[in-house]
Amino acid sequence: MPPLLDVRGLRTEFRTAGRPVRAVDDVSYTVDPGETIAIVGESGSGKSAGAMSILRLIPDPPGRITGGQILFAGRDLMRASNEEMRRIRGGDIGMVFQEPMTSLNPVLTIGRQITEAIEQHRGADRAAAEKRAVELLELVGIADPQRRLKQYPHQFSGGMRQRVMIAIALACDPKLIIADEPTTALDVTIQAQILELMRDLTRRFNVALIIITHNLGVVARYANRVNVMYAGRIVESGLAEAVYHRPRHPYTVALLRSVPRLDRPRQARLDPVEGQPPDLTRLDEGCAFRSRCRFAVDACAQAQPPLEATEEASHLAACFRSDELGGLTGAAA
Amino acid sequence: MTAAQVDPRPLLEVKGLHMHFAVTEGVMRRRRIGEVKAVDGIDFAVRRGETLGLVGESGCGKTTTGRCILRLEHPTAGEILYDGVDLAKLQRKELMAMRRRIQVIFQDPYSSLNPRMKVGEIIAEPMKVHGLEPDAEKRAARVRELLGVCGLNAKFADRYPHEMSGGQRQRVGIARALALEPEFIVCDEAVSALDVSIQAQVVNLLEDLRERFGLTYLFIAHDLSVVRHLCQRVAVMYLGRIVELADNDELFDNALHPYTQALLAAVPVPDPSVEASRAFRPAVGEVPSPINPPSGCVFHPRCPIAVERCKQARPEARKVRPGHWVACHEVQ
Repeated sequence: MPPLLDVRGLRTEFRTAGRPVRAVDDVSYTVDPGETIAIVGESGSGKSAGAMSILRLIPDPPGRITGGQILFAGRDLMRASNEEMRRIRGGDIGMVFQEPMTSLNPVLTIGRQITEAIEQHRGADRAAAEKRAVELLELVGIADPQRRLKQYPHQFSGGMRQRVMIAIALACDPKLIIADEPTTALDVTIQAQILELMRDLTRRFNVALIIITHNLGVVARYANRVNVMYAGRIVESGLAEAVYHRPRHPYTVALLRSVPRLDRPRQARLDPVEGQPPDLTRLDEGCAFRSRCRFAVDACAQAQPPLEATEEASHLAACFRSDELGGLTGAAA
Repeated sequence: MTAAQVDPRPLLEVKGLHMHFAVTEGVMRRRRIGEVKAVDGIDFAVRRGETLGLVGESGCGKTTTGRCILRLEHPTAGEILYDGVDLAKLQRKELMAMRRRIQVIFQDPYSSLNPRMKVGEIIAEPMKVHGLEPDAEKRAARVRELLGVCGLNAKFADRYPHEMSGGQRQRVGIARALALEPEFIVCDEAVSALDVSIQAQVVNLLEDLRERFGLTYLFIAHDLSVVRHLCQRVAVMYLGRIVELADNDELFDNALHPYTQALLAAVPVPDPSVEASRAFRPAVGEVPSPINPPSGCVFHPRCPIAVERCKQARPEARKVRPGHWVACHEVQ
């Protein structure tokens, strides 16, 4: 079966006063129908810019997609017209963003925002759209949906707003939902409710899900596969179990070692990733992580290591020394 | 720090602390229509040399508790005994002297540093305000020393905050807190805004400083994993009350209060095999409004083990094991 989404060599740049920033630099990955994958990385790693590029939501200027293909259900979104993209966004691809207060229109009722999506994308009449809106609110666990549809976003809590965003994302039977830090603004018990809900609904309706997050725990609990990003590139990719237990990129190793664990007593001091995050305006031909890397050698300054299969075919790493990292596993250590 | 280095006598004792805020209505003529009991009768102590974690979700009152101790708020009722002196009763002048001993590190290194001041001026300012180190040359030397202590090159003294990364700015905030050589520091979400790789650096710095200068921390945070790593004891707050307080491992391995259990279960662990084997059901419902909190035990509408009595009577904190306090009727 061909993948639902096939991103090939995606490049996105931002041009500001100074030098251009390569926010997304030659990123390739696939998502299968109904699968949940995570894209994990820190601020500035390109994880959000990459997802916004798929949706063609990069503000231009200053941003620009400078290369690559985005094949979604067999068609190249890079060649789609603006009108086609409008139909795909909120139609076949649903979106859930971090801050539900800014993604919902404060002067429209919740009901209107859901029915608008259904009328525009599926050509339903008002009555049918309203019926569907009630169903959707029930589906996402909002009690008393008839009354709630007449209310405005400010009358909802943060968690309830995010449930509304999920209802809108599901309104037109999407094939894929892109969730960009969907629970980062929420408290931990509400975060758990929202992620469980997304998992249940995407399984039930066979919707593929891309979760973009900085939270390594969220990835471990919810994703089948994970792409780890650093400085605009995917540095490691594979099944979550393989990446966490047998990391093959020094950044992944360092990241896993730097997080404290809730499930075990304190063992030692934390082992942080030393140094500062990279300055994206000053990247050169070499590996962007090398100044913080304990394993860097001369070759790392000469060229970008390509993202290649390790001894496991589905497990990729972009490091010249990934074979040697075998004995230095992170999570299980 | 090992347990042996912690002096069992409390440096800070909070007794029956209440902080209520008026809720008003109207613009021209303001009417009081209710109050929010942000902190509703809490008791705890912080021992010399320890780090006490104060955890809970948004609106639980943890930050307000810290602000009362710093006297950025004037508590409605209760005592805040610091080294025997009640901070809640102090007047301006006496407070000023006390503030040399109690400092704060805030969450947001972007908004807590004045963008128009150079880093050196930011760190020197508390010394100027308190009349320490009146000699400019010595003060500058002290700023360089503090930068070094916090892992920053002395050249940062001439930079502005916007020229630095988030982690570097948080180090500046820490250097400023240390400028007056305090004994006690309230860390209010001090590492929450940082990326994981940088967060670990700052957590280690806070630990080093505690050992080097014999500091005592009140560590207010919502990230339970960091709290487990850094704190000797932990208090869990919910809707203005402390529901559970225990030593670190005791709390994380043997949590007794249903809210603490729900909170711990909600946190995903960065290990797919552990997660795959964890049975997990998220807590139901959301935190109710503090303007109109539930009767009896404030957690009862969301509690899986609540009985009739929980709706009627507020549970007081009981000692269930040595050092382990729980405010729940049903826990044995």
